[in-house]
Amino acid sequence: MSNREEKVLQISGVNPRKCMKCGKCSASCPSYDEMDIKPHQFVSYVLNGRTKALAESKSVEKCLACFACVERCPRNVEPAKIIDAARQLNVRQRYGDTLSANDIPSLIDEDTPQQLLVSAFRKYKR
Amino acid sequence: MALKYSYYPGCTLKNKAKSLDITARKCASALGFELEEIENWQCCGGVYPLGSDEIATKLSSVRALDYAKSKSQKLVTLCSACHHVIKRVNDDMKNVPDTRMRANNYLKLDTPYCGETQVLHYLEVLRDEIGFDNIAKAVKNPLKGVKIGAYYGCMLLRPSKIMEFDNPENPQIMEDFIKALGAQSVIFPYRNECCGGHVALKSPESAQKLSGKVTRSAEGFGADMLITACPLCLYNLNKNSQSDIPVYYFTELLAKALGIDSEE
Repeated sequence: MSNREEKVLQISGVNPRKCMKCGKCSASCPSYDEMDIKPHQFVSYVLNGRTKALAESKSVEKCLACFACVERCPRNVEPAKIIDAARQLNVRQRYGDTLSANDIPSLIDEDTPQQLLVSAFRKYKR
Repeated sequence: MALKYSYYPGCTLKNKAKSLDITARKCASALGFELEEIENWQCCGGVYPLGSDEIATKLSSVRALDYAKSKSQKLVTLCSACHHVIKRVNDDMKNVPDTRMRANNYLKLDTPYCGETQVLHYLEVLRDEIGFDNIAKAVKNPLKGVKIGAYYGCMLLRPSKIMEFDNPENPQIMEDFIKALGAQSVIFPYRNECCGGHVALKSPESAQKLSGKVTRSAEGFGADMLITACPLCLYNLNKNSQSDIPVYYFTELLAKALGIDSEE
């Protein structure tokens, strides 16, 4: 296992071998249509050493952290933690941020809650 | 003696969601409990840090939790996101030895914090400490004939093993709350589906799709209005759902039913 796969597993704290491929995570995911790599595939990307593809996938920024997959997984695999670890591999790198404070004025309106800004900065920026 | 709680308002309640804060405090005193704001609380970060090695991002929650512990009070939240983050960090401090050790090594408190504080959402205070039957008795202006959909969203319910808020697939606490106010609750299928959350900032089109499903579902089942505990859910349902259905904080309706002036 390469350094990168180990890192994803370590950050996520997930054991991908527990997955029995029932697909409930993908069936529950409200972002399923917008993801290029689907929640039930996350584990095999890690096991097959393809975490670079996972980290570069659209899915990283499409996960809503709604925890429907975590709630419904009968094996407690927690797919949301895997995709979040892949996201963190990105933002923990230099120049890995995908949101800058300079972008904010054009993205907000008068009602934008503070909660949206702090959440987005946590997700898109180290 | 009035019940006293350590209160964690969070950043949005000091700004865009002031009415959630104000009505909650006013209703609390009308119902015989007091929210004592935690001194120098810091932002919870809005999202729970999922990485098992994250410590710095959890410290603001631990400080608030330790403050409540020092006052021997339960910690009360209102914003769904703050509640989610603080409740999960508290679970880490109680049950994840590595996080507990590293957070305590960093904070160097007089006594290590080990998850002693009980974290309650305001709705849980109403249900478990005051009782919905007592709230029903305190109602002066019953919201008769109003059909209200309870929008739970994600943060209060999931993961249910940690949040322990209600049945994550078929919750009823907000419906019971609505009934206590004398209104009619409307159960609709998308009440525990995601509004789009933080994705609204960079991909409003995704938030439009998701929040639109929520409002269409509620309208289809005959709701006149929606209630929520979450400022971001309220924002997405108002701004991104392309529906005119009114959305209120649950405390705004509570204030109305209790006959409280909700102005500042």
